[in-house]
Amino acid sequence: MSKPSDLVQGTLDLLVLKILALEPLHGWALSQRLKQISGEVLQVSDGSLYPALHKLEQQGWIQAEWKLTENNRRAKFYSLTRLGRRQLEREAANWERVSAAISGVMRLTEV
Amino acid sequence: MRIDHWIYTIPLRLSSLFHRSRLDAELDEELRDHIDTQIADNIARGMAADQARLATLRAFGNPVVLREQTRDTWSWSGMELLLNDVRLSARTLLRTPDFAWIAILVIALGVGANVALFAIVRSVLLNPLPYADSGHLVRLYENISVGGLNAPYGASAGGMYTEWKEHNRTLADMAIAGSTDYNLSSAGELPEVVHAGNFSWNMLSLLGVRPSLGRGFTADDDKPSSDPTVLLSWGLWKRRFGGDRAIVNKTILLDAVPHTVIGVMPASFFFLGASNVQLWTPIYQAKRPALMKMLDEHEFRAIGRLKPGATEAQVVADLTLITRRIHAQHLDLPFTAFAANSRPLLDSIVGRMKAPLYALLAATGCVLLIACLNVANLLVARSAARRKEQAIRAALGGSKLRLLRQHMMESLLICVAGGAVGFFLAVSVLRWFVAVRQDVPRADSIAVDGVVAAFTLGLVTLCAAFAGAISSLSMRGDQALQALRESSRGQSAGVARTRLRSVLLSLEVGLTVVLLVGAGLLLKSYAQLRSTDLGCLTDNVLKIDLSLPSASYREPALISSFFSSFLGRVRTVPGIQEAGMIYPAVPGDDRGSDDNFVIIEHPPLPPGESNVANNRWCDTGYFATLGIPFLQGRNFSSNQRPGHSTEIIISESFAHQFFPGGDPIGKHMTTFNQTGSEIVGIVGDTRTEPGEPVRPMMYFPILAGSDFVTSASLVIRSRRDVTQFAMPVQRLLAGMDRNLAVSDVLTMDQILGRNTLEASFDATLLLVFAGLSLLLAAVGLFGVLSYIVAQRTTEIGIRIALGARPAQILWLTLVDGLRPALFGLLLGLAASAGSVKLIESMLFGTRPFDPIVFTVVSATLLGVAGLACAFPAWRASRLDPMQALRTE
Repeated sequence: MSKPSDLVQGTLDLLVLKILALEPLHGWALSQRLKQISGEVLQVSDGSLYPALHKLEQQGWIQAEWKLTENNRRAKFYSLTRLGRRQLEREAANWERVSAAISGVMRLTEV
Repeated sequence: MRIDHWIYTIPLRLSSLFHRSRLDAELDEELRDHIDTQIADNIARGMAADQARLATLRAFGNPVVLREQTRDTWSWSGMELLLNDVRLSARTLLRTPDFAWIAILVIALGVGANVALFAIVRSVLLNPLPYADSGHLVRLYENISVGGLNAPYGASAGGMYTEWKEHNRTLADMAIAGSTDYNLSSAGELPEVVHAGNFSWNMLSLLGVRPSLGRGFTADDDKPSSDPTVLLSWGLWKRRFGGDRAIVNKTILLDAVPHTVIGVMPASFFFLGASNVQLWTPIYQAKRPALMKMLDEHEFRAIGRLKPGATEAQVVADLTLITRRIHAQHLDLPFTAFAANSRPLLDSIVGRMKAPLYALLAATGCVLLIACLNVANLLVARSAARRKEQAIRAALGGSKLRLLRQHMMESLLICVAGGAVGFFLAVSVLRWFVAVRQDVPRADSIAVDGVVAAFTLGLVTLCAAFAGAISSLSMRGDQALQALRESSRGQSAGVARTRLRSVLLSLEVGLTVVLLVGAGLLLKSYAQLRSTDLGCLTDNVLKIDLSLPSASYREPALISSFFSSFLGRVRTVPGIQEAGMIYPAVPGDDRGSDDNFVIIEHPPLPPGESNVANNRWCDTGYFATLGIPFLQGRNFSSNQRPGHSTEIIISESFAHQFFPGGDPIGKHMTTFNQTGSEIVGIVGDTRTEPGEPVRPMMYFPILAGSDFVTSASLVIRSRRDVTQFAMPVQRLLAGMDRNLAVSDVLTMDQILGRNTLEASFDATLLLVFAGLSLLLAAVGLFGVLSYIVAQRTTEIGIRIALGARPAQILWLTLVDGLRPALFGLLLGLAASAGSVKLIESMLFGTRPFDPIVFTVVSATLLGVAGLACAFPAWRASRLDPMQALRTE
């Protein structure tokens, strides 16, 4: 199935928030951006972006708006809310802490 | 989560609740948009169109699954799933409306009966009395024992009450209450007889009740010398005085004596369980001072409030000590109590309703249990029929939990619908009960409130869980593969399932037997009660009460001449065959009073012992009117006038008890109101109450007068419908004194009906419940056996093809169906052995283990079970083997 694992799911949320913090995007553009940034590391299908987006929207961290794209199609644009920005800061700090801890441990075992 | 988070997300969640379809459409558009854009992008990168599409879909994942996953992230998706289940279950139920209606009706009856009984039990038995701190109020009784007559919970005498009140050390306060009938008259209006209460002035403060208008009695109102005062009931004030607030301090005429209205009691005032009381007067002002001092006239109710820390046992000991002292001082008064007793006030008012109400509650509980078992049974049958469907759903990945949930949902839907119908059923049943059973104390306070509604909800939940849980037992361990295999091959499958249904049926039959036995016993008891011979005629006899106000009819001579000229006029009314007068009560209506007497010709009794008999006052026409035969001697002679009262008539059992082997005629007796009277006649026995044994009775001549016989019952008999004479008699009476009115105009049949109402009510209700259960059990048996036969069609076909005779098949199938009925019968008979104890106190002339009732019940049950099984069994025996084998 295309459902990402829990770890990746959490990371996916963080990535989406981070990307949307830069500029509002619609689903497809977001998936393109995600691919550009993470390359092939994140093994998730394009579609699994949508459950994540809708969950974040229900949480109140992002909001959606129907707008026209550059090539004149109607699309749902997602942008970060004030709450989402706060959440991103929290998540980012969390991530820093955890990744620092993990990489610390990793270095230890290598020695 | 913080407040601002909630503020932001709540509208979002609400919109996702209410704009479900728009959200769906937007999600579809969003996904499609993504796919289209990706395809366009791929083509732009130089892919062929179909290849671009394939690559896009591969990268995207399954759109259907993704849509479901996205929908899952929306709020309320759990609820949506639940609604889906409800919708699905409702649709499944509606597809078989007969099943749904039957199940709902069955539950509705069960729930309705239980809710109604619960409301009654709560309002009548459980709710505290509407008095301040009512838990500390007690009713005080005198323990009387005289001449073989024992009354451990006897009414109070005025003299004893005074002693108790003065000398007790365990009661914070004590009050006394009695009753009177008044002729209420006012200018320009018809007089009417009103039932009134009397109480000592401190009664209202003892109960913690206040008049809603005016004031209560004071100590100054409650003396023989006080000016007469009266408190009106809310109903009388509204009805007779138009709710006029200016009524306070006005005077009204009671027995032609002006009474000052000092207040109006609230509509909610509950006067110690007495019904239809219209007004109250202070007891020491209203009753004769001599009566209030007597130790052996037991006509009052004494109420007390326990001192803080005092127990009922201490009160009884305390009052018994006082009583014993008084008893020792008055050995010449044999009706003086020798000890005291008490009961919580609530118990003293509603105690007699406990056994019947709890028995009915138990019966309705059985009905509901049967209803649940029946619905469970029906559900098991359905799940059997839908086994294949369930197996397929399970095979396709439907989760077991989801299937179970849908199963429970069906049970819940049935129970909720049944509960709703049952609730309204209960409301109308209660309305009917309150109308029919005015004799039940506190019947007026029965109401459907929040607690009753909550009880209904609880009951519904319980039923749903019970029926659902039992029936899902049958789903346990279902192997999808096996189910599919079984349902495709016509084997005799589902043995476990049939066994579950048989167990359910046995239980159902068992409960039915318990109900049938109870109903049978009560019915027999009621029949006994109705058929007891009162010792007099009951057809076309009418009783009319009249009462002469003591203010204007003070002299016995005046009363006597009024009675005799009234009787003379009544006898001239064409159509009236016989007329007579009796005091205090006609047979079957009331016990009346007892008195002690001495037979002059007999040796004196040892001290402390006395002869006691029921006393009645009547005229010469009474015996002929009621058809009471003279066994020996003659009627009163016409010279029995005030001041010349020399004759007594006794009953047959009186003669047997006090003149064994001797001839009573010509012997002389001394009673409290006649000295040395001669026994002139012996008449047949009459019963004072339908369920009571015959007691010795003595008759005094009413026309000889007595200082306390100021009221009497006129009895008239006619060949035609006797009730038509009520109005002419009323006119005759008003013609003699326009302040007089008649009351309690009843035929003997009505009196009997009134006094056996409870027995007939309980018996009828239980019979209805039992009949209902029997029907349910029969339907269940029929259903199960039909199912078994359908399951075994192939097997039976093979048997017939191999040469089994129809009779053998019939027998084989019948035994299959009758087995649960037999088990149930045994179970029920065993359970009845315990349950009859519950109704033992309600039985009259019927033993709890009445062999006839038990035999009839067993026969009825087996008969009905046989009938229910006969048709499916007969059908099985008529199977065409070719047809049966082909049905596969």
